[in-house]
Amino acid sequence: MKNAVGREIPEEILKITGKEVFHGVYYYDGYEYRKDGPKTRCVVNSDGSKLVKTIHEALVKCEIRDGMTIGFHHHFRDGDLVVNMVMEEIHKMGIKNITICASSLGKAHAGLVPYMEDGTITGIQSSGVRGEIGKAISEGKLKGLAVMRSHGGRVRAIETGEVHLDIAFIGAPTCDDYGNCRGIGGKADCGVLSYAMVDADYADRVVAITDCLVPFPNFPAHISMTKVDYVVVVDAIGDPKKIATGAAKPTKDMRKLMMADYCTRFVTSTPYFKDGFSYQTGVGGASIASTISLAKIMKERGIRMRFGVGGLTKPMCDLLDNNQVDVLLDTQDFDLDAVESVKDIRHFRISAGEYADPFNKGAVVNKLDFVILAALEVDVNFNCNVVVGSDGVITGAQGGHPDTAAGAKCTIVLTPLLQGRIPAICTEVTTVTTPGESVDVVITEYGVAVNPLRKDLLEAVKNSGLPLKTIEELRDLAYRIAGEPEKVEFGERVVGIIESRDGTIMDVVHQIKPFRFKEEKNILPEPVHK
Amino acid sequence: MEIEKAAVAGTLESSDCMVTVEDGDGNIDLVLESTVIHQYGNQIRHVVLDTLESLGVQNVKIKVVDKGALDCTIRARVEAAVYRSAGQSEQLPWGGAIR
Repeated sequence: MKNAVGREIPEEILKITGKEVFHGVYYYDGYEYRKDGPKTRCVVNSDGSKLVKTIHEALVKCEIRDGMTIGFHHHFRDGDLVVNMVMEEIHKMGIKNITICASSLGKAHAGLVPYMEDGTITGIQSSGVRGEIGKAISEGKLKGLAVMRSHGGRVRAIETGEVHLDIAFIGAPTCDDYGNCRGIGGKADCGVLSYAMVDADYADRVVAITDCLVPFPNFPAHISMTKVDYVVVVDAIGDPKKIATGAAKPTKDMRKLMMADYCTRFVTSTPYFKDGFSYQTGVGGASIASTISLAKIMKERGIRMRFGVGGLTKPMCDLLDNNQVDVLLDTQDFDLDAVESVKDIRHFRISAGEYADPFNKGAVVNKLDFVILAALEVDVNFNCNVVVGSDGVITGAQGGHPDTAAGAKCTIVLTPLLQGRIPAICTEVTTVTTPGESVDVVITEYGVAVNPLRKDLLEAVKNSGLPLKTIEELRDLAYRIAGEPEKVEFGERVVGIIESRDGTIMDVVHQIKPFRFKEEKNILPEPVHK
Repeated sequence: MEIEKAAVAGTLESSDCMVTVEDGDGNIDLVLESTVIHQYGNQIRHVVLDTLESLGVQNVKIKVVDKGALDCTIRARVEAAVYRSAGQSEQLPWGGAIR
């Protein structure tokens, strides 16, 4: 059945998952439901400690068994050690059919591939997957379907009970013996624990894993002891070098600087750019450069930002230090400056639910004026793909892309016209992750395309001097330089689904097929004999 | 043209390709590796064979390791490898066999 972005969703997948096809971004507005809840084991005794000696002991006490669903967060990014540590123990115990429900998985988790092959892990639900796991899923090594959800979509899935977490493991940079967790301090300082908060609220059993046990009470707690069953102390929960890096040096790449310049000129030409505006941006070179140039114009024109959201980096925190923004709302910290900034009283930690969940009574993204995003591909209908590479292999994550795009009044996607040889602007994206109805502007180094649905924005920027083009013109230019790409040939089997933030199906991901040349015989000249 | 000795042109940098040619077994034997093979494999093969044809090469083992090079780059690397293999670095037929 075709969905609202024109993607064919196989009937069989609708049957297996019990899901609907995507009907449009606001399809579920006003929907009522009763929230799922955790099975809670009360602690009435006053023995005073929840410490257990090992992950093994915690798993035994949580009554781990075949078929369970385990929650993890990804605040330690490429430095995460928790997922592998826990799964290694589960594997040793001979447990099978585990579903991992993580806020994201990445390069750090290549070690899980053998567990997919031997049936320890049969389900993966994540914002996305990079590296070896992505390749393994695309090759069909996961028994079940991989489900890709946005950050808001994951909270929605847990709150509605679409997925129920049996056990959640929460890597905590600091924790006391009664389970009060903080994202600040310790060796694996990641600043915030936003993605783990829903796990703490909804999992039947919650285990905090820390490498920095502090005296009770570890206050103010980011995750309260009232939600934590057990505490395990290990040598290391993360590799600090890979959790938060030093702030990225401002880019010198002319293409990115051009895109940043166009972006800032676009933003400042719209009616939303006025005192009290709100803004979110990403971590790419062009996004960071555009934040820096925007700060300059804000200063010149005496315009102040009310709040910034993220996924935060140094340039956003600089706005706070320079008193150009009232408050920052933080779900994740990408560099050490952002981690440090969490200590500022105007820098607020928010949960992934507050940030982006479409199934609560209103999330922060709904209050955004601008969001600056990136994409692997954008098609002529403004649909974006941020999960599946142009070669058909799963290689990215939804993150907050569809959430912020749906919420913000002006959604801007920055992408170079070509990513290597691959046209980033194309006729049809490999998979849709963010629907074109949510995407207002696409900015490349070759020109700026405004979604024709946004006549107001077109009107606002028509005299800005920006190189305005239609999206088709950008695509044609890309194809002229690189040649028109052939469609990737996929196998029959569906290996994953791209869930819309409301739980409907945006797209499916098929198993990849080895490449074969067309017309093998007749192109090659006849052999000549010496 | 005849391939007289093994020769290489290009690099493994992004958006480039490395072309290696050596004496063939009486035909054109192409091995292609590419980061964009799913989208451009047929196109790259076409460009390589077309370039060899315009150079008049019919007997060669040619290996192309492509990192997303544009057609013009691929063409130039194949031409450079072939002329190097023939030891010719001057009086190249610009606008003729080299296009």
